[in-house]
Amino acid sequence: MDRINPERTPIIKVENLVKKFGSFVADDNLTFNVYPGEIFGFLGANGAGKTTAIRMICGLLEPTSGRLEVAGYDGYHEREKIKRNIGYMSQKFSLYEDLTIYENIRLFAGIYGISRKVRLEKTDEMLKKLQLEESRNKLVGGLPLGWKQKLAFSLAIFHHPKVVFLDEPSGGVDPLTRRTFWDLINEAAHQGITIFVTTHYMDEAEYCDRVAIMSEGKIVALDTPAALKAKYQADSMDGVFLKIARNKE
Amino acid sequence: MRTILYLLQKEFIQVFRNKGMLPIIFIMPLVQMLILVFAATMELKMIDITVVDLDLSETSTRLTAKLESSSFFHLTRAQLSPSETDKILLKGKTDVVITFPQGFESDLKRNDQASVQILIDAINGSAAELSNAYLQTVIGSYNQKVRAEMMGVPKFTPPEQVQVIPSYWYNPELNFKFYMAPGVLVILVTIIGLFLSSLNLVREKEMGTIEQLNVTPIKKYHFIIGKMMPFLIIALLDLTFGLIVAKVAFGLPFRGNILTLYVFTSLYLFLVLSIGLFVSAISDTQQQVLFVSFFFLIIFIIMSGLFTPVESMPVWAQNLDMINPIYYLIRIIRNVVLKGSGLLDMTRELIYLSIYGLLMFSLAVWRYRKTV
Repeated sequence: MDRINPERTPIIKVENLVKKFGSFVADDNLTFNVYPGEIFGFLGANGAGKTTAIRMICGLLEPTSGRLEVAGYDGYHEREKIKRNIGYMSQKFSLYEDLTIYENIRLFAGIYGISRKVRLEKTDEMLKKLQLEESRNKLVGGLPLGWKQKLAFSLAIFHHPKVVFLDEPSGGVDPLTRRTFWDLINEAAHQGITIFVTTHYMDEAEYCDRVAIMSEGKIVALDTPAALKAKYQADSMDGVFLKIARNKE
Repeated sequence: MRTILYLLQKEFIQVFRNKGMLPIIFIMPLVQMLILVFAATMELKMIDITVVDLDLSETSTRLTAKLESSSFFHLTRAQLSPSETDKILLKGKTDVVITFPQGFESDLKRNDQASVQILIDAINGSAAELSNAYLQTVIGSYNQKVRAEMMGVPKFTPPEQVQVIPSYWYNPELNFKFYMAPGVLVILVTIIGLFLSSLNLVREKEMGTIEQLNVTPIKKYHFIIGKMMPFLIIALLDLTFGLIVAKVAFGLPFRGNILTLYVFTSLYLFLVLSIGLFVSAISDTQQQVLFVSFFFLIIFIIMSGLFTPVESMPVWAQNLDMINPIYYLIRIIRNVVLKGSGLLDMTRELIYLSIYGLLMFSLAVWRYRKTV
């Protein structure tokens, strides 16, 4: 917990953020702060509004109303400045499957203006860590899902953003692969990158410093996993989630 | 600027890694050039004529023989009743039926005039008119000959008659292929450039890869240029290839400056690809892009003057061609290739295409949204 300093100004400020699709309210008055260095989790069932929220914060989706600030920049008028300072990994794998691992790295490093020298150094370092040195010139489309996700994450933080947004980053892989994936996330957090992650796996919530639980577009609880467990007298996040769901009924 | 280079590198790798791409780029122009230019001819040759000679006189036989000797006609002789005549026209077994009535020769000798019935299948109006004109010419000259013989005056036409000797400029042999080939070249670069670029952009939307680009600080015009340049270059490559095919296959003359041609084609492609990218910026699926592009493409091609002269369209339609890019380039290429026109002869077109292109490019950049 030493990497988090709650005295510091929040890196993400969200106030009364609303997203409506026609008459359907996907996100209803979200208000929360995320502090630098935190691993902040958005927990909720499918359709609770997690992805909509993350896409608004990243500047992919226009909010209906509310205030939004990321890395000190306004979420309406300074989106391009925000984009310099964030990384994003979408729910659906979205690197180019018909490009090799290195060609993907070269493209995105190029877009962020990383020099050739730095790119080559970081690529070697990254592929070594992922044990993908052999696959450097293989097409991304042929990699197993677990490797694709690790690659997508590593590319999302390649330019060392202030915050990285992960939308259901470990969906569809086995628990062991998920575990090693979270090792990567922890390592990034220790390098000072703030992590904003959505998930519907309750065990993943345990890895977060603070968790916001979403239901039907609203934040129904927000605290550290330990505090939530104490409050709802449960021994796991799974228990917390079930109790909250029952209280609603 | 560096960003664009990285984007171009990515697009080129993807295009040439796709195995279906090379045939599209090289076989398509070849097939289009050869098939369209040879097949889509407006010249009438081998009109099917059925001659029903009920007179069987010397005059009617000689006129029939004269028609038979023309390369325009394919002639059959038949003895048919009027109802049978209707039937073969109806069934499309012949294009024209010529009937010499009984007493044709004797009428001619006695009354100094005689009638021949000519029935023409006029479903294709312009072809019917052309058949008629050919027939009139042949019969007319025979007419003069026959009258001269019967009256015993010298064979030659009276001296006071005015003779018209046309001189056909720029395409002296009236070679229809020279007229068609530049048009087909335009269609070729349009289809290759337009569809490759616009489908490519919307495919990234379908695959979801565009999201990964949209969360980067990439500039919108960089992105649009990155989607346009590779396909503009491929289309120019196809233009070169098409020109070589036209030269080798049917000896298309090349009177103008080749650089002029490339300047205009590049400006044109800048315009047309901008329109295509604008369409894909407002669409979500490849299907939408295809439907919208086809809708405009067909209107633009038919109104472009590729098959029918623009001058014969109604005035409102001619005015509508102001916004038809294909109309401009077909005219420009015909002028450059056949007349040898240069940049200075077409400054108006040059300015117009540039402004129109910049306008559509701005529209495409404006309409491409990184935030939806």
